[in-house]
Amino acid sequence: MTFKLVWENVRHKPLRTLLSVLLIAGPVTLILTLVGISHGFVEDSKRRSAGVGADVLFKAPGSSLMQFSAATLPDKLVGALAAEPHVVQATGTVVAPIGGFDSMIGIEPTEFNKMSGGFVFVDGHPLDGPDDILVDTWYAAQRKLKIGGKFTALGRDWKVAGIVQPGKLAHVFARMSVLQDLLGNLGHVSQIFIKLDDPAKAPEVVAAFKVKYDGYPAWPMADLQSLLSVDNVPLLKTFIDVIVGIGVFFGFTVVSLSMYMAVLQRTREIGILKSMGATKGFVMGLILAEAFFLGLGGTALGIGLSYVTKSVMMAVAPASLPQAIVYGWWPIAGAVAMGAAVLGAVYPGMLAVRQDPIEALAYE
Amino acid sequence: MNSPNSIIHVRDLRKVYKTGKVSVEALRGVNLEVPAGEFLSIVGPSGSGKSTLFHIVGGLTPATSGEVVVGGCDVSKAGDDGRTQLRRTQVSFVFQKFNLLPNLTARDNIRTALHIAGRSSKGFETDLHDILELLGIAGRLDHKPSELSGGEQQRVAIARALATRPAILLADEPTGNLDTANSLAVLELLRDLNSRLGQTILMITHNTEAAEYGHRVVHMRDGEIVETRSTRG
Ligand SMILES: Nc1ncnc2c1ncn2[C@@H]1O[C@H](COP(=O)(O)OP(=O)(O)OP(=O)(O)O)[C@@H](O)[C@H]1O
Ligand SMILES: [Mg+2]
Repeated sequence: MTFKLVWENVRHKPLRTLLSVLLIAGPVTLILTLVGISHGFVEDSKRRSAGVGADVLFKAPGSSLMQFSAATLPDKLVGALAAEPHVVQATGTVVAPIGGFDSMIGIEPTEFNKMSGGFVFVDGHPLDGPDDILVDTWYAAQRKLKIGGKFTALGRDWKVAGIVQPGKLAHVFARMSVLQDLLGNLGHVSQIFIKLDDPAKAPEVVAAFKVKYDGYPAWPMADLQSLLSVDNVPLLKTFIDVIVGIGVFFGFTVVSLSMYMAVLQRTREIGILKSMGATKGFVMGLILAEAFFLGLGGTALGIGLSYVTKSVMMAVAPASLPQAIVYGWWPIAGAVAMGAAVLGAVYPGMLAVRQDPIEALAYE
Repeated sequence: MNSPNSIIHVRDLRKVYKTGKVSVEALRGVNLEVPAGEFLSIVGPSGSGKSTLFHIVGGLTPATSGEVVVGGCDVSKAGDDGRTQLRRTQVSFVFQKFNLLPNLTARDNIRTALHIAGRSSKGFETDLHDILELLGIAGRLDHKPSELSGGEQQRVAIARALATRPAILLADEPTGNLDTANSLAVLELLRDLNSRLGQTILMITHNTEAAEYGHRVVHMRDGEIVETRSTRG
């Protein structure tokens, strides 16, 4: 019967209900979208780093696994590393940030293809001339790039030579020598990927590198895979926490106001219930149940809308903002919305409980 | 003293309303004994304290002083929760303005009352068959208050009040918003409920003819009972 009372109340004021649900859905969608983008970005990075086919990553002094230092590595290190025990192949790449989250990667095509198994071409041909670039399908979609089309980055016009399947290190590729020249860094690379005869030997090889190449950081690629998580991306976790906080505040405020109005509007009905012997708990329960209901509706709608934002992201910026649907966050976003809603209803509920039944019954 | 068969015992009951600096003495020493099974009418000019007496006997508001025992429960000593219990189990109200829950059908209004009283509402239509039959609303249960006439609404309100099998029914001007025909129907109903089911009923009315439906008529003025007389019935 409690359910019926609550249901009839929310049904009786469809506009108020809809507005409350919509306003609660907002932060839920916001949370799920941002979390989805964070996860999508990390998953995509993981997939791309695995797509290189390397077992060990070697970087310049001062770099961390997730970030580059300003320093670079001399070309000849590639040859030296290739001659180390268990090393089958070593290839350097140059990383050039081109704005936002995107980077252009300079590769040595033959070496890179050998290590990664080669690009899968959707259209066009491999890197040929100095202005040629390869883009993956996501980046092509995001920037509306076509074969033979122009692409401006790093103060220069490039020509789209090929469009490839995503999943290999980056979204945009150019010849390494061209990028080195452009960055004024001839003979230097940003990082070196190393393939071993046995992937299980990666820790052993890394340990040996630490001794021999003192000061140069190296990691098994498996470490990168496990380190690539939302919690490890700097600021992302804080950012999500802030968004969750905004969600709680928003849900709390919306439901507070909505239930406050509802309690005023239903003064007389609350008086009727009290005249029938409704206890304090019963009255409070009704108000909280209604808030819970609004929170539940808002959560469901918010989840639904996160699919909409996903399809928008995938249409507009699949390469930079790939949005994943993270089921694990549904209960969290739901708890945030419903918790905030129920908390927001406590004060209006107290007003309802305290209402004098005689005055309430006289209320017009 | 508290006579043994009294279901309501009121002794030297006073009620003072304080609003800001002004205080109104709504009841100034009311004494009343109501035996179980009585149909009692209360009349008196506006502001004489009739509703206030009901609100205290029915546990909607505490007394300022005096002794009030309703169905064995000492209302004057009961706190907020005690008075809630009294409303939940012992007394039911019927108001001039019907006071049905507007969003719910007649059936759900009755079920809500049962739910609050902690009674099962499963098969209540069979349990309450006699009452629903007597009230003639068995066919109107699926309607919301806005779809019912005033007379029907008041009959649903009476059904809701009686569904929980209260010891006492307190009806505050139950015919005040009804036309003559519907008023008569409701009054007849109250009399039937009293005579057939032995329901104790207290009814406030402004109508002298309506008052004659009771076994006794209590006359109030300025917060006191000034006259009590038996009717011919
Ligand atoms: N909640 C309240 N606060 C202050 N004064 C009140 C309150 N309720 C009633 N009174 C006052 O108490 C007195 C008795 O009121 P009550 O409602 O009991 O009269 P009544 O006999 O029922 O009148 P009516 O026939 O108009 O319904 C009146 O003077 C009224 O103004
Ligand atoms: Mg009155």
